[in-house]
Amino acid sequence: MIVAGIDMGVQNIKIVILHDREVIAKSIIPSGFEPRRAAEKAFEEALKEAKLSLKEIQHVTATGTGVEMAPYADSTISMIAADAKAGVFLYPSARTIIDVGAEESRVVVCDEKGTVLEFAINERCAAGSGAFLEAMARALEVRLEEMGALSLEAKGTVSINATCVIFGETDVVSLIHKREPKHEIARAIYDALADRITSIAHRVSIRPEVILVGGVAKDLGFTAALKRKLETEIFVPENPEYAGALGAALHAMNKAGGR
Amino acid sequence: MSEENQQYWRWREYHLVIPERKPKGSNIITAGVDVGSVSSKAAIMVDGQIYSVSIMRTGSSSSDSARKVMEWTLEGTGLKLSDIRYIVGTGYGRVNVPMAHNTLTEIACHAKGANYIWGPTVRTILDVGGQDIKAIKCDEKGKVLAFLMNDKCAAGTGRGMEVLADLLKIPIEEMGEMSLRVDEEPDPVSCTCVAFARTEAMGLLRRGWSKEKVLAAYMRAMAIRMCNLLERVGCERDLVVTGGQSRNIGIIRRLEKMLGMNTLPTPKWEENGLDPMAAGAIGAALFAKALYEKAKS
Repeated sequence: MIVAGIDMGVQNIKIVILHDREVIAKSIIPSGFEPRRAAEKAFEEALKEAKLSLKEIQHVTATGTGVEMAPYADSTISMIAADAKAGVFLYPSARTIIDVGAEESRVVVCDEKGTVLEFAINERCAAGSGAFLEAMARALEVRLEEMGALSLEAKGTVSINATCVIFGETDVVSLIHKREPKHEIARAIYDALADRITSIAHRVSIRPEVILVGGVAKDLGFTAALKRKLETEIFVPENPEYAGALGAALHAMNKAGGR
Repeated sequence: MSEENQQYWRWREYHLVIPERKPKGSNIITAGVDVGSVSSKAAIMVDGQIYSVSIMRTGSSSSDSARKVMEWTLEGTGLKLSDIRYIVGTGYGRVNVPMAHNTLTEIACHAKGANYIWGPTVRTILDVGGQDIKAIKCDEKGKVLAFLMNDKCAAGTGRGMEVLADLLKIPIEEMGEMSLRVDEEPDPVSCTCVAFARTEAMGLLRRGWSKEKVLAAYMRAMAIRMCNLLERVGCERDLVVTGGQSRNIGIIRRLEKMLGMNTLPTPKWEENGLDPMAAGAIGAALFAKALYEKAKS
Protein backbone atom coordinates (compact mmCIF):
# COMPACT_ATOMS: atom_id res chain seq x y z
CA MET A 1 0.00 0.00 0.00
CA ILE A 2 1.35 3.44 -0.98
CA VAL A 3 0.43 6.64 0.85
CA ALA A 4 1.86 10.14 1.37
CA GLY A 5 2.11 12.70 4.14
CA ILE A 6 2.62 16.41 3.56
CA ASP A 7 3.75 18.91 6.16
CA MET A 8 2.88 22.50 5.15
CA GLY A 9 5.48 24.29 7.26
CA VAL A 10 5.93 28.04 7.50
CA GLN A 11 9.39 27.86 5.98
CA ASN A 12 9.51 24.51 4.16
CA ILE A 13 7.05 22.03 2.75
CA LYS A 14 7.98 18.41 3.38
CA ILE A 15 6.60 15.25 1.77
CA VAL A 16 7.13 11.62 2.70
CA ILE A 17 5.87 8.69 0.57
CA LEU A 18 5.44 5.37 2.35
CA HIS A 19 5.23 1.91 0.82
CA ASP A 20 3.77 -0.09 3.69
CA ARG A 21 6.14 0.82 6.50
CA GLU A 22 9.06 1.87 4.37
CA VAL A 23 9.89 5.42 3.30
CA ILE A 24 10.41 5.24 -0.45
CA ALA A 25 10.68 8.96 -1.26
CA LYS A 26 10.78 12.36 0.36
CA SER A 27 11.12 15.97 -0.74
CA ILE A 28 11.53 19.39 0.80
CA ILE A 29 10.80 22.77 -0.86
CA PRO A 30 10.75 26.31 0.58
CA SER A 31 7.13 27.42 1.15
CA GLY A 32 7.76 30.84 -0.41
CA PHE A 33 4.92 33.18 -1.31
CA GLU A 34 2.72 30.57 -2.90
CA PRO A 35 2.70 27.57 -0.60
CA ARG A 36 0.17 25.67 -2.71
CA ARG A 37 2.33 25.87 -5.82
CA ALA A 38 5.37 24.92 -3.79
CA ALA A 39 3.49 21.93 -2.39
CA GLU A 40 2.53 20.75 -5.89
CA LYS A 41 6.16 20.99 -6.88
CA ALA A 42 7.22 19.05 -3.79
CA PHE A 43 4.74 16.30 -4.80
CA GLU A 44 6.20 16.19 -8.32
CA GLU A 45 9.68 15.75 -6.93
CA ALA A 46 8.74 13.06 -4.43
CA LEU A 47 6.72 11.15 -7.03
CA LYS A 48 9.61 11.33 -9.47
CA GLU A 49 11.96 9.90 -6.86
CA ALA A 50 9.47 7.11 -6.09
CA LYS A 51 8.86 6.56 -9.84
CA LEU A 52 5.13 6.79 -9.23
CA SER A 53 2.21 8.83 -10.50
CA LEU A 54 -0.22 10.70 -8.25
CA LYS A 55 -2.95 8.14 -9.07
CA GLU A 56 -0.92 5.41 -7.39
CA ILE A 57 -0.98 7.19 -4.01
CA GLN A 58 -3.93 5.71 -2.17
CA HIS A 59 -4.28 8.34 0.53
CA VAL A 60 -2.71 11.73 1.29
CA THR A 61 -2.75 13.21 4.81
CA ALA A 62 -1.75 16.82 5.40
CA THR A 63 -0.48 18.59 8.51
CA GLY A 64 1.39 21.78 9.40
CA THR A 65 0.65 25.47 9.88
CA GLY A 66 -0.58 25.90 6.30
CA VAL A 67 -2.60 22.67 6.28
CA GLU A 68 -5.63 24.32 4.63
CA MET A 69 -3.50 25.07 1.55
CA ALA A 70 -2.34 21.49 1.03
CA PRO A 71 -3.13 20.00 -2.41
CA TYR A 72 -4.46 16.45 -2.96
CA ALA A 73 -5.22 16.00 0.75
CA ASP A 74 -7.74 13.26 1.62
CA SER A 75 -7.45 13.91 5.36
CA THR A 76 -5.61 16.05 7.88
CA ILE A 77 -3.89 15.43 11.21
CA SER A 78 -2.77 17.84 13.92
CA MET A 79 0.94 18.58 14.19
CA ILE A 80 0.88 17.22 17.73
CA ALA A 81 -0.55 13.86 16.69
CA ALA A 82 1.82 13.69 13.72
CA ASP A 83 4.82 14.24 16.00
CA ALA A 84 3.74 11.44 18.33
CA LYS A 85 3.16 8.96 15.50
CA ALA A 86 6.47 9.73 13.85
CA GLY A 87 8.38 9.65 17.15
CA VAL A 88 7.22 6.16 18.09
CA PHE A 89 7.70 4.91 14.53
CA LEU A 90 11.32 6.13 14.50
CA TYR A 91 12.12 5.05 18.07
CA PRO A 92 9.65 2.52 19.54
CA SER A 93 10.79 3.53 23.03
CA ALA A 94 10.10 7.26 22.42
CA ARG A 95 7.66 8.77 24.93
CA THR A 96 8.49 12.47 24.63
CA ILE A 97 8.81 14.21 21.28
CA ILE A 98 10.20 17.73 21.17
CA ASP A 99 9.59 19.45 17.83
CA VAL A 100 11.35 22.77 17.24
CA GLY A 101 10.30 24.35 13.96
CA ALA A 102 10.81 27.66 12.20
CA GLU A 103 8.08 29.55 14.06
CA GLU A 104 6.65 27.14 16.58
CA SER A 105 7.69 24.43 18.97
CA ARG A 106 5.90 21.59 20.70
CA VAL A 107 6.56 19.06 23.41
CA VAL A 108 4.38 15.95 23.07
CA VAL A 109 4.16 13.08 25.54
CA CYS A 110 2.69 9.83 24.16
CA ASP A 111 2.25 6.13 24.90
CA GLU A 112 3.84 3.16 23.13
CA LYS A 113 1.23 3.32 20.36
CA GLY A 114 1.95 6.97 19.64
CA THR A 115 -1.29 8.17 21.23
CA VAL A 116 -0.93 11.70 22.62
CA LEU A 117 -1.19 11.88 26.43
CA GLU A 118 -0.07 15.47 27.05
CA PHE A 119 1.38 18.38 25.11
CA ALA A 120 2.63 21.96 25.43
CA ILE A 121 3.04 24.47 22.60
CA ASN A 122 4.94 27.67 22.03
CA GLU A 123 3.24 29.74 19.34
CA ARG A 124 2.85 33.37 18.36
CA CYS A 125 6.21 34.10 19.96
CA ALA A 126 9.48 33.81 18.09
CA ALA A 127 11.59 33.26 21.22
CA GLY A 128 10.97 29.51 21.35
CA SER A 129 11.58 28.71 17.70
CA GLY A 130 14.04 28.61 14.83
CA ALA A 131 13.24 32.27 14.17
CA PHE A 132 15.13 33.07 17.37
CA LEU A 133 18.31 31.47 16.01
CA GLU A 134 17.94 33.21 12.64
CA ALA A 135 17.57 36.63 14.24
CA MET A 136 20.48 36.04 16.61
CA ALA A 137 22.80 34.76 13.86
CA ARG A 138 22.01 37.94 11.93
CA ALA A 139 22.84 40.08 14.98
CA LEU A 140 26.05 38.13 15.55
CA GLU A 141 26.89 38.36 11.82
CA VAL A 142 27.59 34.66 11.41
CA ARG A 143 25.93 32.19 9.06
CA LEU A 144 23.33 30.12 10.86
CA GLU A 145 24.86 26.94 9.41
CA GLU A 146 28.17 27.82 11.07
CA MET A 147 26.86 29.04 14.41
CA GLY A 148 26.36 25.53 15.85
CA ALA A 149 29.95 24.40 15.36
CA LEU A 150 31.17 27.78 16.61
CA SER A 151 29.19 27.43 19.85
CA LEU A 152 30.76 24.04 20.62
CA GLU A 153 34.12 25.75 21.24
CA ALA A 154 32.67 27.85 24.07
CA LYS A 155 32.77 27.32 27.82
CA GLY A 156 29.57 29.19 28.72
CA THR A 157 30.81 32.47 30.18
CA VAL A 158 27.96 34.78 29.09
CA SER A 159 24.18 34.67 28.79
CA ILE A 160 21.38 36.52 26.96
CA ASN A 161 17.65 37.14 27.41
CA ALA A 162 15.68 34.03 26.52
CA THR A 163 12.17 35.40 26.63
CA CYS A 164 12.10 37.67 23.58
CA VAL A 165 13.90 37.86 20.22
CA ILE A 166 14.06 41.64 20.38
CA PHE A 167 15.58 41.73 23.88
CA GLY A 168 17.92 38.88 22.93
CA GLU A 169 19.14 40.85 19.92
CA THR A 170 19.89 43.85 22.13
CA ASP A 171 21.85 41.58 24.48
CA VAL A 172 23.84 40.10 21.59
CA VAL A 173 24.72 43.58 20.29
CA SER A 174 25.89 44.73 23.72
CA LEU A 175 27.98 41.55 24.15
CA ILE A 176 29.62 42.28 20.79
CA HIS A 177 30.41 45.80 22.02
CA LYS A 178 31.93 44.36 25.16
CA ARG A 179 34.16 42.33 22.81
CA GLU A 180 32.99 38.98 24.14
CA PRO A 181 34.23 36.17 21.87
CA LYS A 182 31.78 35.18 19.14
CA HIS A 183 31.78 31.51 20.12
CA GLU A 184 30.72 32.41 23.67
CA ILE A 185 27.89 34.58 22.36
CA ALA A 186 26.87 31.74 20.03
CA ARG A 187 26.66 29.36 22.97
CA ALA A 188 24.62 31.91 24.94
CA ILE A 189 22.18 32.05 22.00
CA TYR A 190 21.68 28.26 21.99
CA ASP A 191 21.42 28.18 25.77
CA ALA A 192 18.70 30.83 25.62
CA LEU A 193 16.63 28.83 23.11
CA ALA A 194 17.22 25.62 25.07
CA ASP A 195 16.10 27.40 28.27
CA ARG A 196 12.92 28.43 26.58
CA ILE A 197 12.22 24.92 25.21
CA THR A 198 13.02 23.42 28.61
CA SER A 199 10.47 25.66 30.28
CA ILE A 200 7.86 24.52 27.75
CA ALA A 201 8.87 20.89 28.35
CA HIS A 202 8.40 21.32 32.09
CA ARG A 203 4.75 22.18 31.58
CA VAL A 204 4.20 18.49 30.85
CA SER A 205 5.66 15.43 32.60
CA ILE A 206 8.39 14.45 30.20
CA ARG A 207 9.58 10.85 30.27
CA PRO A 208 12.26 8.88 28.43
CA GLU A 209 13.12 8.34 25.72
CA VAL A 210 13.23 11.96 24.58
CA ILE A 211 13.32 12.51 20.81
CA LEU A 212 14.13 15.82 19.16
CA VAL A 213 12.67 16.57 15.69
CA GLY A 214 11.94 19.57 13.46
CA GLY A 215 14.32 21.62 11.35
CA VAL A 216 16.19 23.04 14.35
CA ALA A 217 17.07 19.49 15.50
CA LYS A 218 19.73 19.44 12.76
CA ASP A 219 21.66 22.16 14.58
CA LEU A 220 24.41 20.61 16.70
CA GLY A 221 24.75 23.73 18.82
CA PHE A 222 21.09 23.47 19.80
CA THR A 223 21.05 19.74 20.53
CA ALA A 224 24.12 20.14 22.77
CA ALA A 225 22.47 23.03 24.64
CA LEU A 226 19.18 21.17 25.07
CA LYS A 227 20.96 18.13 26.52
CA ARG A 228 22.68 20.41 29.05
CA LYS A 229 19.47 22.17 30.01
CA LEU A 230 17.12 19.16 30.10
CA GLU A 231 19.81 17.04 31.78
CA THR A 232 18.75 13.99 29.82
CA GLU A 233 19.83 11.97 26.81
CA ILE A 234 18.15 13.15 23.62
CA PHE A 235 17.88 11.15 20.41
CA VAL A 236 17.80 12.88 17.06
CA PRO A 237 16.65 10.82 14.07
CA GLU A 238 18.18 11.13 10.64
CA ASN A 239 16.28 13.80 8.69
CA PRO A 240 14.45 15.20 11.74
CA GLU A 241 12.75 17.88 9.61
CA TYR A 242 10.55 15.19 8.00
CA ALA A 243 8.95 14.05 11.27
CA GLY A 244 5.67 15.91 10.65
CA ALA A 245 5.33 14.59 7.09
CA LEU A 246 6.18 11.09 8.28
CA GLY A 247 3.55 11.27 11.03
CA ALA A 248 1.01 12.40 8.43
CA ALA A 249 1.99 9.54 6.12
CA LEU A 250 1.56 7.02 8.96
CA HIS A 251 -1.91 8.45 9.55
CA ALA A 252 -2.63 8.09 5.82
CA MET A 253 -1.60 4.44 6.07
CA ASN A 254 -4.18 3.86 8.82
CA LYS A 255 -6.83 5.71 6.84
CA ALA A 256 -6.13 3.65 3.75
CA GLY A 257 -6.51 0.49 5.78
CA GLY A 258 -2.86 -0.50 5.84
CA ARG A 259 -0.86 -1.30 8.94
CA MET B 1 17.57 61.24 0.17
CA SER B 2 16.56 58.87 -2.60
CA GLU B 3 13.47 56.76 -2.13
CA GLU B 4 15.37 53.46 -1.90
CA ASN B 5 17.63 54.76 0.84
CA GLN B 6 14.97 56.45 2.87
CA GLN B 7 14.87 55.12 6.40
CA TYR B 8 11.14 55.11 6.91
CA TRP B 9 11.42 53.71 10.40
CA ARG B 10 13.49 56.59 11.74
CA TRP B 11 12.04 59.46 13.72
CA ARG B 12 12.89 62.95 12.49
CA GLU B 13 15.81 64.44 14.41
CA TYR B 14 15.47 68.00 15.70
CA HIS B 15 17.05 70.63 17.89
CA LEU B 16 15.17 73.55 19.44
CA VAL B 17 16.39 76.54 21.45
CA ILE B 18 13.96 78.93 23.17
CA PRO B 19 15.88 82.25 22.95
CA GLU B 20 13.85 84.14 25.57
CA ARG B 21 15.12 81.70 28.22
CA LYS B 22 18.75 82.64 27.57
CA PRO B 23 20.45 82.41 30.98
CA LYS B 24 22.16 85.20 32.88
CA GLY B 25 25.06 84.67 35.26
CA SER B 26 22.98 83.81 38.31
CA ASN B 27 20.76 81.13 36.77
CA ILE B 28 21.11 77.43 37.60
CA ILE B 29 21.70 75.48 34.43
CA THR B 30 21.05 71.74 34.48
CA ALA B 31 20.62 69.01 31.88
CA GLY B 32 19.09 65.60 31.37
CA VAL B 33 20.24 62.98 28.85
CA ASP B 34 17.98 60.05 27.98
CA VAL B 35 19.66 57.38 25.86
CA GLY B 36 16.89 55.18 24.53
CA SER B 37 17.13 52.06 22.37
CA VAL B 38 16.21 54.05 19.23
CA SER B 39 16.50 57.78 20.04
CA SER B 40 18.71 59.80 22.34
CA LYS B 41 17.13 62.86 23.90
CA ALA B 42 18.67 65.76 25.84
CA ALA B 43 17.24 68.83 27.53
CA ILE B 44 18.96 71.86 29.04
CA MET B 45 17.02 73.79 31.67
CA VAL B 46 17.50 77.26 33.09
CA ASP B 47 16.16 77.44 36.64
CA GLY B 48 13.99 74.45 35.87
CA GLN B 49 12.53 75.82 32.59
CA ILE B 50 13.27 74.28 29.19
CA TYR B 51 15.88 76.26 27.28
CA SER B 52 17.06 73.74 24.70
CA VAL B 53 16.03 70.26 23.64
CA SER B 54 17.09 67.82 20.95
CA ILE B 55 16.32 64.33 19.72
CA MET B 56 18.64 62.25 17.58
CA ARG B 57 19.23 58.62 16.72
CA THR B 58 20.98 56.34 19.13
CA GLY B 59 24.05 54.88 17.44
CA SER B 60 25.78 51.61 18.21
CA SER B 61 27.56 53.14 21.20
CA SER B 62 25.50 54.59 24.06
CA SER B 63 28.31 56.86 25.26
CA ASP B 64 28.92 58.34 21.79
CA SER B 65 25.18 58.89 21.39
CA ALA B 66 25.01 60.64 24.77
CA ARG B 67 27.96 62.88 23.85
CA LYS B 68 26.54 63.77 20.43
CA VAL B 69 23.03 64.60 21.64
CA MET B 70 24.47 66.75 24.45
CA GLU B 71 26.70 68.62 21.97
CA TRP B 72 23.74 69.26 19.71
CA THR B 73 21.59 70.51 22.58
CA LEU B 74 24.34 72.99 23.52
CA GLU B 75 24.47 74.34 19.94
CA GLY B 76 23.12 77.90 19.63
CA THR B 77 22.71 78.30 23.39
CA GLY B 78 25.96 80.19 24.01
CA LEU B 79 26.70 77.58 26.69
CA LYS B 80 29.58 75.15 27.13
CA LEU B 81 29.34 71.76 28.77
CA SER B 82 31.20 73.18 31.79
CA ASP B 83 28.43 75.78 32.28
CA ILE B 84 26.00 73.02 33.18
CA ARG B 85 25.96 72.60 36.96
CA TYR B 86 24.49 69.12 37.08
CA ILE B 87 23.62 66.44 34.52
CA VAL B 88 21.42 63.38 35.10
CA GLY B 89 21.57 60.40 32.73
CA THR B 90 18.58 58.14 32.20
CA GLY B 91 17.15 55.60 29.77
CA TYR B 92 18.19 52.20 28.63
CA GLY B 93 21.80 53.35 28.04
CA ARG B 94 22.00 55.48 31.20
CA VAL B 95 25.04 53.70 32.64
CA ASN B 96 26.97 54.91 29.59
CA VAL B 97 26.36 58.66 29.81
CA PRO B 98 29.93 59.86 30.38
CA MET B 99 29.18 63.47 31.40
CA ALA B 100 26.43 62.59 33.89
CA HIS B 101 26.89 63.38 37.59
CA ASN B 102 24.21 60.89 38.44
CA THR B 103 21.80 58.40 36.86
CA LEU B 104 18.13 57.73 37.51
CA THR B 105 15.63 55.25 36.05
CA GLU B 106 13.56 56.40 33.10
CA ILE B 107 10.46 55.55 35.13
CA ALA B 108 11.18 58.30 37.67
CA CYS B 109 12.23 60.69 34.90
CA HIS B 110 9.15 60.14 32.72
CA ALA B 111 6.84 60.75 35.67
CA LYS B 112 8.72 63.93 36.60
CA GLY B 113 8.83 65.07 32.97
CA ALA B 114 5.10 64.40 32.44
CA ASN B 115 4.33 66.41 35.57
CA TYR B 116 6.28 69.34 34.09
CA ILE B 117 4.80 69.02 30.58
CA TRP B 118 1.13 68.66 31.54
CA GLY B 119 1.00 69.83 35.13
CA PRO B 120 0.03 68.35 38.52
CA THR B 121 -3.22 66.66 37.39
CA VAL B 122 -1.32 63.82 35.67
CA ARG B 123 -1.78 60.53 37.53
CA THR B 124 -1.03 57.89 34.91
CA ILE B 125 1.72 57.89 32.30
CA LEU B 126 1.99 55.42 29.46
CA ASP B 127 5.53 55.52 28.09
CA VAL B 128 5.90 53.66 24.81
CA GLY B 129 9.45 53.55 23.56
CA GLY B 130 11.33 51.56 20.96
CA GLN B 131 11.59 48.45 23.12
CA ASP B 132 9.36 48.98 26.08
CA ILE B 133 5.94 49.89 27.37
CA LYS B 134 5.65 51.26 30.87
CA ALA B 135 2.50 52.14 32.77
CA ILE B 136 3.44 54.53 35.59
CA LYS B 137 1.28 56.00 38.33
CA CYS B 138 2.37 59.17 40.10
CA ASP B 139 1.21 61.79 42.59
CA GLU B 140 0.63 65.52 42.01
CA LYS B 141 4.37 66.17 42.29
CA GLY B 142 5.29 63.58 39.66
CA LYS B 143 6.58 61.10 42.24
CA VAL B 144 6.23 57.46 41.15
CA LEU B 145 3.69 55.47 43.19
CA ALA B 146 3.59 52.27 41.12
CA PHE B 147 4.59 51.01 37.71
CA LEU B 148 4.41 47.99 35.42
CA MET B 149 6.45 47.25 32.33
CA ASN B 150 6.92 44.64 29.63
CA ASP B 151 10.03 42.92 30.90
CA LYS B 152 9.58 39.65 29.02
CA CYS B 153 8.30 40.53 25.58
CA ALA B 154 8.67 43.39 23.08
CA ALA B 155 5.21 42.93 21.55
CA GLY B 156 3.29 46.20 21.45
CA THR B 157 6.37 48.42 21.60
CA GLY B 158 7.51 50.94 18.98
CA ARG B 159 9.73 48.31 17.43
CA GLY B 160 6.75 46.74 15.66
CA MET B 161 5.89 50.10 14.07
CA GLU B 162 9.46 50.40 12.81
CA VAL B 163 9.24 47.00 11.15
CA LEU B 164 5.96 47.95 9.43
CA ALA B 165 7.27 51.39 8.39
CA ASP B 166 10.15 49.65 6.67
CA LEU B 167 7.99 47.00 5.03
CA LEU B 168 5.20 49.31 3.85
CA LYS B 169 7.57 52.19 3.01
CA ILE B 170 5.60 54.71 5.05
CA PRO B 171 7.42 57.26 7.21
CA ILE B 172 6.87 56.31 10.85
CA GLU B 173 5.50 59.78 11.62
CA GLU B 174 2.63 59.31 9.14
CA MET B 175 1.53 55.83 10.14
CA GLY B 176 -0.87 56.89 12.90
CA GLU B 177 -2.92 59.22 10.67
CA MET B 178 -2.91 56.65 7.90
CA SER B 179 -4.24 53.89 10.15
CA LEU B 180 -7.32 56.01 10.91
CA ARG B 181 -8.27 56.10 7.23
CA VAL B 182 -10.23 52.83 7.27
CA ASP B 183 -13.97 52.56 6.65
CA GLU B 184 -14.37 49.92 9.29
CA GLU B 185 -12.04 48.96 12.11
CA PRO B 186 -10.60 45.49 11.33
CA ASP B 187 -10.03 42.78 13.93
CA PRO B 188 -6.66 43.08 15.66
CA VAL B 189 -3.82 40.92 14.33
CA SER B 190 -3.62 37.67 16.28
CA CYS B 191 0.11 37.83 16.82
CA THR B 192 1.99 40.94 17.97
CA CYS B 193 5.40 39.26 18.28
CA VAL B 194 7.75 41.81 16.71
CA ALA B 195 9.85 39.07 15.16
CA PHE B 196 6.79 37.87 13.22
CA ALA B 197 5.40 41.35 12.37
CA ARG B 198 6.85 41.33 8.88
CA THR B 199 5.47 37.94 7.84
CA GLU B 200 2.17 38.64 9.56
CA ALA B 201 1.73 41.91 7.62
CA MET B 202 2.86 40.33 4.35
CA GLY B 203 0.26 37.63 4.80
CA LEU B 204 -2.49 40.25 5.19
CA LEU B 205 -1.29 42.26 2.18
CA ARG B 206 -1.29 39.09 0.10
CA ARG B 207 -4.91 38.56 1.11
CA GLY B 208 -5.62 41.92 -0.49
CA TRP B 209 -5.71 44.11 2.62
CA SER B 210 -4.83 47.80 2.13
CA LYS B 211 -1.84 49.25 3.95
CA GLU B 212 -4.26 51.33 6.02
CA LYS B 213 -6.15 48.23 7.11
CA VAL B 214 -2.97 46.35 8.01
CA LEU B 215 -1.82 49.30 10.13
CA ALA B 216 -5.23 49.58 11.78
CA ALA B 217 -5.24 45.87 12.69
CA TYR B 218 -1.71 46.01 14.04
CA MET B 219 -2.20 49.22 16.03
CA ARG B 220 -5.39 47.87 17.50
CA ALA B 221 -3.51 44.84 18.78
CA MET B 222 -0.79 47.12 20.21
CA ALA B 223 -3.41 49.27 21.91
CA ILE B 224 -4.94 46.15 23.50
CA ARG B 225 -1.57 45.27 25.05
CA MET B 226 -1.14 48.82 26.34
CA CYS B 227 -4.68 48.82 27.67
CA ASN B 228 -4.04 45.58 29.59
CA LEU B 229 -0.92 47.00 31.18
CA LEU B 230 -2.74 50.21 32.15
CA GLU B 231 -5.65 48.28 33.63
CA ARG B 232 -3.27 46.12 35.66
CA VAL B 233 -1.56 49.14 37.17
CA GLY B 234 -4.94 50.88 37.67
CA CYS B 235 -5.43 53.67 35.15
CA GLU B 236 -6.54 56.98 36.68
CA ARG B 237 -7.18 60.43 35.24
CA ASP B 238 -5.34 62.36 33.93
CA LEU B 239 -3.71 59.98 31.52
CA VAL B 240 -0.84 61.00 29.23
CA VAL B 241 1.34 59.22 26.68
CA THR B 242 5.11 59.79 26.47
CA GLY B 243 7.90 58.24 24.40
CA GLY B 244 8.10 57.87 20.62
CA GLN B 245 4.60 56.47 20.25
CA SER B 246 3.14 59.64 21.82
CA ARG B 247 3.37 60.86 18.20
CA ASN B 248 1.16 57.99 16.99
CA ILE B 249 -2.41 59.24 16.85
CA GLY B 250 -3.57 55.84 15.53
CA ILE B 251 -2.59 54.14 18.74
CA ILE B 252 -3.73 56.96 21.03
CA ARG B 253 -7.23 57.16 19.50
CA ARG B 254 -7.71 53.40 19.74
CA LEU B 255 -6.41 53.29 23.29
CA GLU B 256 -8.76 56.09 24.36
CA LYS B 257 -11.71 54.24 22.89
CA MET B 258 -10.83 51.00 24.67
CA LEU B 259 -10.22 52.68 28.01
CA GLY B 260 -13.18 55.03 27.70
CA MET B 261 -10.81 57.77 28.80
CA ASN B 262 -9.21 60.60 26.86
CA THR B 263 -5.52 61.42 27.11
CA LEU B 264 -4.40 64.99 27.71
CA PRO B 265 -3.60 66.64 24.36
CA THR B 266 0.02 66.93 23.27
CA PRO B 267 1.38 70.47 23.74
CA LYS B 268 2.83 72.45 20.81
CA TRP B 269 6.26 71.02 21.45
CA GLU B 270 7.66 72.37 18.17
CA GLU B 271 7.38 75.84 19.77
CA ASN B 272 7.70 75.38 23.52
CA GLY B 273 9.91 72.29 23.78
CA LEU B 274 7.32 70.42 25.87
CA ASP B 275 7.87 67.25 23.87
CA PRO B 276 6.36 64.06 25.32
CA MET B 277 8.99 62.08 23.42
CA ALA B 278 11.66 63.95 25.44
CA ALA B 279 9.79 63.60 28.77
CA GLY B 280 12.57 61.40 30.18
CA ALA B 281 15.29 63.95 29.40
CA ILE B 282 13.13 66.80 30.72
CA GLY B 283 12.47 64.90 33.96
CA ALA B 284 16.18 64.10 34.28
CA ALA B 285 17.06 67.80 33.91
CA LEU B 286 14.55 68.66 36.68
CA PHE B 287 16.03 66.00 38.96
CA ALA B 288 19.45 67.46 38.13
CA LYS B 289 18.33 70.83 39.47
CA ALA B 290 17.01 69.27 42.69
CA LEU B 291 20.19 67.22 43.15
CA TYR B 292 22.38 70.26 42.52
CA GLU B 293 20.49 72.33 45.09
CA LYS B 294 20.64 69.47 47.60
CA ALA B 295 24.39 69.09 47.11
CA LYS B 296 24.94 72.82 47.56
CA SER B 297 22.92 73.23 50.76
